[in-house]
Amino acid sequence: MQTDGDRYWRRTSTLMWTMFVLWVVFSFVVHAFVNQLNEIKFLGFPLGFYMAAQGSLIAFVVMLFVFAKRQDSIDQQEGVAEDV
Amino acid sequence: MATSAKAGGDFLSNLGRIYGLYTGGFFAFVAVLAILEQLGVPNVYIGYGFVFLTLAVYAVIGILSRTMEAGEYYVAGRTVPAFYNGMATGADWMSAASFVGMAGSLFILGYDGLAFVLGWTGGYVLVAILIAPFLRKFGAYTVPDFFAARYEGSFPRFLAVIVLICCSFTYVVAQIFGTGLIAQRFLGMDFTIAVYVGLIGILLCSMLGGMKAVTWTQVAQYIVLIIAYLTPVVILSAKKYGIPLPQLTYGQAIADITALEKKMVADGLASAATLKPHATPFINYSPANYFALILCLMVGTASLPHVLMRYFTTPSVREARVSVAWSLFFIFLLYFTAPAYAAFSKLEVYNLIAAKTELAKLPAWIFTYGKLGLVTICGKSADTVQNVIANCAAVAGHPGVLRHQDLGINTDAIVLSTPEIAGMPYVIAGLVAAGGLAAALSTADGLLLAIANALSHDIYYKMIAPNSSTSSRLVVSRILLVVVAIAAAWTASTRPSDILAMVSWAFSLAAAGIFPALVLGVWWKRANKAGAIAGMIVGFGLCLVYLVVSRYFPGYGVQYLGMTALQNPVTGAPVVDLAKAMAAPNAFDGWVTLSHPMASKVGWFNINNISSGLFSLPAGFLTIIIVSLMTKAPRQETMDMVDEARRPKGEMILQDKGAVVVH
Repeated sequence: MQTDGDRYWRRTSTLMWTMFVLWVVFSFVVHAFVNQLNEIKFLGFPLGFYMAAQGSLIAFVVMLFVFAKRQDSIDQQEGVAEDV
Repeated sequence: MATSAKAGGDFLSNLGRIYGLYTGGFFAFVAVLAILEQLGVPNVYIGYGFVFLTLAVYAVIGILSRTMEAGEYYVAGRTVPAFYNGMATGADWMSAASFVGMAGSLFILGYDGLAFVLGWTGGYVLVAILIAPFLRKFGAYTVPDFFAARYEGSFPRFLAVIVLICCSFTYVVAQIFGTGLIAQRFLGMDFTIAVYVGLIGILLCSMLGGMKAVTWTQVAQYIVLIIAYLTPVVILSAKKYGIPLPQLTYGQAIADITALEKKMVADGLASAATLKPHATPFINYSPANYFALILCLMVGTASLPHVLMRYFTTPSVREARVSVAWSLFFIFLLYFTAPAYAAFSKLEVYNLIAAKTELAKLPAWIFTYGKLGLVTICGKSADTVQNVIANCAAVAGHPGVLRHQDLGINTDAIVLSTPEIAGMPYVIAGLVAAGGLAAALSTADGLLLAIANALSHDIYYKMIAPNSSTSSRLVVSRILLVVVAIAAAWTASTRPSDILAMVSWAFSLAAAGIFPALVLGVWWKRANKAGAIAGMIVGFGLCLVYLVVSRYFPGYGVQYLGMTALQNPVTGAPVVDLAKAMAAPNAFDGWVTLSHPMASKVGWFNINNISSGLFSLPAGFLTIIIVSLMTKAPRQETMDMVDEARRPKGEMILQDKGAVVVH
C-alpha cells in the first residue's frame, strides 16, 4: 500500500508545510528585524515591539482558524472527512 | 447509564445557557460584594467571599460530574465541543505564573520578556498542524498510550511516562505553591494551611469525575480568570486614556516610558548603566538566547502531556483542530494584555521617580507590598516610611528622593498591585485574587490528572494488571491522584526554591524527550521502536545533563564537558571570570546553590540552560532518524496504523474499551 504518495496526504503535507513556514516567519524571522521595524511607528508602538507583543500572536490565531478550515475542505474534497 | 447519558445530553445541549448564566451570576456576585464593601464590610471578608464562593462553585461542578466510566474519567466521554475545550485548554495552560508573574517579568525584562509571550502562544500552531488531530484519531487515553501503540511496546510507553512525570511534577508543585501564596496574601492565612486548602479545592474538582469534571470546572475557571485579568487594566486604560482597550492605548504608555527614561538619566535619577530601556531589544538576552528561548517554549508547549490530552476529549478530529484554534484565541486574550499591565505599571513608577518624590511622600501601595517583601527600596523591604528613610540615609550620597536604582519590585507584585496603584476599590483586588486562584487550580488539576492517569492507566493497567476491571482501575486512579496531590502539596509546603526554579526546565525537557518521537511517529512511517527509544533517551538525557551540570555541577561542566562562561548580552564580556572561579576551592563543589560563582553561568555556545532544548531537540530528532534507518522498518500493521491515523474518516484506532468491560 503506497499511500504516502496519495493525493490526500500530499495536500495535507503541503498545507502543513505552508503553515510551518508561516510559523517560522512569525516566530523568528520577523523578530530578527526588530531594530529596523522599531523605526516605524504603528498605533503609537514601535513596530518591532508591536510584532512581538501582538502582531505575531494575532497571526498565529488567524493561521489556526484558516488551517482548520482549509484542512476540513481538503478532507471533504478527498472523501476522508468524518461522517459526524 | 441511560439516565446519565440523557442528563449528559441535556447538559451538553445547554452549555451556552448554563455558562452564560454562570457568567452573569459571577458578575452579580462581584456587584454584591462591591455593595457590601461600600456598606463597610471589612476587606478580609470580601476576600474570603471571593475565594470560598468560587471554590464552592468549582467543587459543585466537580461533584456533579462524578463518573464510573473509564471513557468519561479519562477523556470526558469525547463529547467536549471545540469552543468549550478551547476555554478549558486556556485555563489548563495558563498557570499561576502566567496570571501573576508574566506581567511582572515583562515589567523587568521589557522587550526581551516578550520571548515568553511568543513562546507560550506559538506552540499551538505546532500542536494543530503536527500533532493533535492525529492523536485524536488514534484514540489514546494518555500520551504514553500513543507511544506504546506506535512504537510497538511497553518500553517506549515507560520512557514517555518518565518524561511526563519529570515535566509535570515540578510544575504542579509550583501551582499549589501559587494557591498558597495567593490565599496567604489576600486572606492572611498561614501559608501551610493555605496550601492544604488549595489541595482540597483541587481534589474536589478532579477526584470524582476525572477528565469530565476537570473539563467543566476548567471552563468555569477560565471565565473567572479572564474577567479578573482584564477588569483592572481595562478600568485603568479608560481612566487614563479614555478608551477601555488597554491593548491599544499602551503604545502611548511605551512612548511616555521611553521619554521618562531619558529624563531620569538626565536628571541623575537613574544611572545609564543600570537602566534598561523598555522597548530596546536584546539587553537581557542575546539574540541567540532570545530565539532559542522562543523555540524551546514553543516546542515544549507542543509536548506537554496535560495540554495534548485536552484534545483527546473532542467529539471528532475536525473538532480537535478547531479546538486548538479556540484554545489559542482564549490564551491570546490574556497574553496580549500582559504587556499592557507591564507598561502601565512602569509608567506609574517612572512618573513617581521623575517627579523627584521625597521618601517621606511615597504612595501607600509601596508600603502595602513592601510589608510583604515584594517591594524593596535601598536594598531592604519597604515596610515603613521611617525604615525607608533610614535605609536610604545609609546609602552614600543619597539625595533623599526616590531614584530608579533604589527601587526593586518583585515580578508577582505587578498584577496584584495594579488595582491598588490605580486607586480601585478592594473588591477589584479580591477579584484578581480569585482569578489567580482559578489559574493555579485549573492548571494543577490538569497536571495532576496527567500524572495520575499515566500512573494508573499506563503503568498499573497496561503494564502491571492488564486484566483489572474498569471499576478497580478507576479506584486505583483516584487513589494515585490523591497520593500524587498530597505529595505535591507537601513538597510545596516546604517552600522549595529549587523546585520552583525548575519549572522553566519543564519546557526544554518535554521538548527534548517527547516532541521528536511524537512528530516523527505521525509524519515518518519509517521511525521504529529502536529509534524512538534511543532518541528519547538521548534527547531527554542530554537536556537533563546540560541543565543539572550547568546549574548544580558547573565546575565539572567546565572541566569535562567543555562549557565556557556565558556572556553579558550587551557588552559580550564573560559574566564570570572562569580562570579565577576554577582555581577557587569551591570550583568542584556539587549541588551548589545559586550564589555559587559559576551556577547557571556556564554553558555551551553562550546558551542559557533554560534554553537547553536548543541542543537536545535536534539531537533527539537525529538519533531517531539514524537509529531507525540502521534497524529494521516497523511492522506492516504499524505502518498501516499510521496511514489510518492520518485520515479522519473511520473508527478510532485504539477503541475506548471502558464501556465494554462494564457489561
